[in-house]
Amino acid sequence: MATYIVQVFKLFERIWHWSQAASILLLLFTGFAIHGVHRLISFETAAWLHTLVAFALLLLWIFATFWLFTTGQWRHYIPTGKNFIQVAKYYSFGIFKGDHHPYRKTFRRKHNPLQALTYLLLKIVIFPAIWISGIAYMVISFGYGEGLSDMLGSATVPLIHTIAAIAIAIFIIAHLYLLTTGHSFIAHLKPMITGWDEVDLTDEEAAFLIADERNHIKPRDDMVVHCESEPKKS
Amino acid sequence: MNGQPGTQQMIRLKPKQQDLSSRHIIGLLAGIFLAVNCSLAQAEHGDDPKIEMGITEYKKTHEEHSKKAAEKKDTASTTDHSKLKELEGPFNSGPEVTKACLSCHNKAGHQFTKNKHWTWRYKHPETGQELGKGVLINNFCTNAKGNEGMCAQCHAGYGMTDIDTYDFNNEENIDCLICHESSGTYYKTPTSSGNKACSVMFEGKPPLDWTKIAQSVGDPGRNNCGKCHFYGGGGDNVKHGDLSSVLFDPPKAVDVHMSTEGEDFACITCHVGEGHDWAGSRYEMLVHDDKGTGKPGAPREVASCESCHGTRPHSNTDIIGLKLNGHLDKVACETCHIPTIAKGGVATVIDWDWRTMGKLKNGEGFKLKEYTQGDGHHRATYKSIKGNFKYGENLKPRLEWFDGTMKYTTIDTKFDPAKAPILINGFDGAHDDPDSRIYPFKVMHTTQPYDKGNNTLVYMHLWGNDDVALWGNYSFDKAIKAGMERNGLPYSGEWGFIETLSYWPINHMVAPKEDALACGECHANDGRISHLKGFYVPGTGRTPMLDTIGLLAVLGTAGGVLGHGALRLMASRRRKK
Repeated sequence: MATYIVQVFKLFERIWHWSQAASILLLLFTGFAIHGVHRLISFETAAWLHTLVAFALLLLWIFATFWLFTTGQWRHYIPTGKNFIQVAKYYSFGIFKGDHHPYRKTFRRKHNPLQALTYLLLKIVIFPAIWISGIAYMVISFGYGEGLSDMLGSATVPLIHTIAAIAIAIFIIAHLYLLTTGHSFIAHLKPMITGWDEVDLTDEEAAFLIADERNHIKPRDDMVVHCESEPKKS
Repeated sequence: MNGQPGTQQMIRLKPKQQDLSSRHIIGLLAGIFLAVNCSLAQAEHGDDPKIEMGITEYKKTHEEHSKKAAEKKDTASTTDHSKLKELEGPFNSGPEVTKACLSCHNKAGHQFTKNKHWTWRYKHPETGQELGKGVLINNFCTNAKGNEGMCAQCHAGYGMTDIDTYDFNNEENIDCLICHESSGTYYKTPTSSGNKACSVMFEGKPPLDWTKIAQSVGDPGRNNCGKCHFYGGGGDNVKHGDLSSVLFDPPKAVDVHMSTEGEDFACITCHVGEGHDWAGSRYEMLVHDDKGTGKPGAPREVASCESCHGTRPHSNTDIIGLKLNGHLDKVACETCHIPTIAKGGVATVIDWDWRTMGKLKNGEGFKLKEYTQGDGHHRATYKSIKGNFKYGENLKPRLEWFDGTMKYTTIDTKFDPAKAPILINGFDGAHDDPDSRIYPFKVMHTTQPYDKGNNTLVYMHLWGNDDVALWGNYSFDKAIKAGMERNGLPYSGEWGFIETLSYWPINHMVAPKEDALACGECHANDGRISHLKGFYVPGTGRTPMLDTIGLLAVLGTAGGVLGHGALRLMASRRRKK
């Protein structure tokens, strides 16, 4: 096993990530304006922009879901117990002692187990909560959801929507903070901009990528070769 | 437009004649009052004098509506009534004209005898309450009942002096002209004489040319409706707030429908109907119209906004339009589209205090005109015959949930005085009632007499050439006693003052769309519907628990990562040592 510079985030993934990030920030800003948290823009502008951006994000999510399943990339999000404890321990203790992050990106696992679980929850719980409640709210607010609001009570849908929004805001705070836990903030951020990151590859994977995916791997003869595949701790 | 110059001339004469007459009376008084009166004549021109002697009412009404009459347009009617031999005349009285009208319009008389404008009675289909001008008490001049002499100037009939004895079956007493004449020269005077102090009110009017007036008939114009409805409650816009003399010729900003720069609608453009029965009742209101425009080509039957604009009037192809359309199940059109009332320079009365009634100057009634409204006219803040007034202009209407059914405190309603203010008219409505809408109202606050022993409102005897009528004798004691006894009502003999409120639904003075309420007027925690509780409205801070938990969660996370980061920093420094 050796470390290579591999393009872990494809162009679509990066476009997805950043346009999703921009959309979510805009949605949080306009959403909290609608909720009355701030008045930096008028309610009308906020409601208009919020709906518009929500439509755009939904469209993006349709593409992203399609991409995840057609490329098989969805497998990165399957929960795993492997190394879970080590990563959790690292964030709770090891990080203060100056330990190195116990997890190394592999070809089949570009996220550490905590990350994978978080993103999975985001994808199957929080995001559906926001878009299902959002669409329901939109239908009601457009005057076509009378039966729906009668059934759920007029406050239920906005309540779920707001709770999900708060969860997303919390995710963003944690997400940004965790960027600081690597070598550096920039080092963590860079792969999502350029796509390239250090990844541990088995010889077979490396051979395959070098042979078939020449645009997505930088073969480095001079690269430091790690002898141990993973640091083992007690 | 034959005869119009003459009309104008006659009208211009009126103010001068009135000045002369008032000067004549005041000439009998001390010189100081003469000085007051001289400047009084200038009051209409915006100069000072705040005091006006005498108790003249409705001085401006006829002048105002007549001005506009000269601009009457040709109609596409198939009949020119001025050429009909039935209307050649000569006529010398109203009933003679009515007889001529009914000789062709042979169902009109029967139709009209069912109309509220004639019967002054209305049985509410929902509540069963007996209502109508003939029985109701309001919180302006209080009661028309017993004061028909003055009030029946706005009865669409001739000579009603007493609603109990009036012959409501005599179709010839119907006043066709008040609604249908278009010469602008028609006016009505009190049907009985009031106290001598009031006699000055209607002096100096030119005699009616019945024949010319009869020949001018046509569809009712805004002058016809307006000369009563714009002056309800005792003067220009006193009562409604959204119906004032401004509507004779409003700028577009005041009323998009009635302005000549807008649609130039007459009242009957919206208040449609057939057979002398037309839409638009404040007793039983249509607060939402799910039918909308109906089938193509079908006639409109209601005065609702939706009957022209449809049930989804905003654009269905843009986000804001869709969202606005989504409001229609909860919010009446008027709520957003009539952001303010009493626009265009004419104020409305918002508070009436009867307690100060009866102050005189040298034994004579007077007015104190200390409110100068937008158009420069001075409005009476005190009248000897009525007490004190407060005015408002460009007012934000009060928004309430309203299901359309008005419930009245009538003369026989007993109430608990401790629960004042008493609602002259109350209503139900709720956010979870599909028939209710958030609706705009003008709220009128009044302190008026009531029967302290029986806990009812009272009829007052205001008008009469006798020694008990309030207007001239200035005694609540006598006026209430007479008002109750003459109407055969129980009266304890003890009266006091009580606070009352009345609610006037707002439908007129629709603003241009760019002036409609911005979303943030309601979607704010100190917005126009902050007082309406129990339902979720975005932007109003109505989820305090969620907001608190959310804030704590976000701050907790931020604190958590900051703490984590700080520990890392400290640990790394310690390692470096």
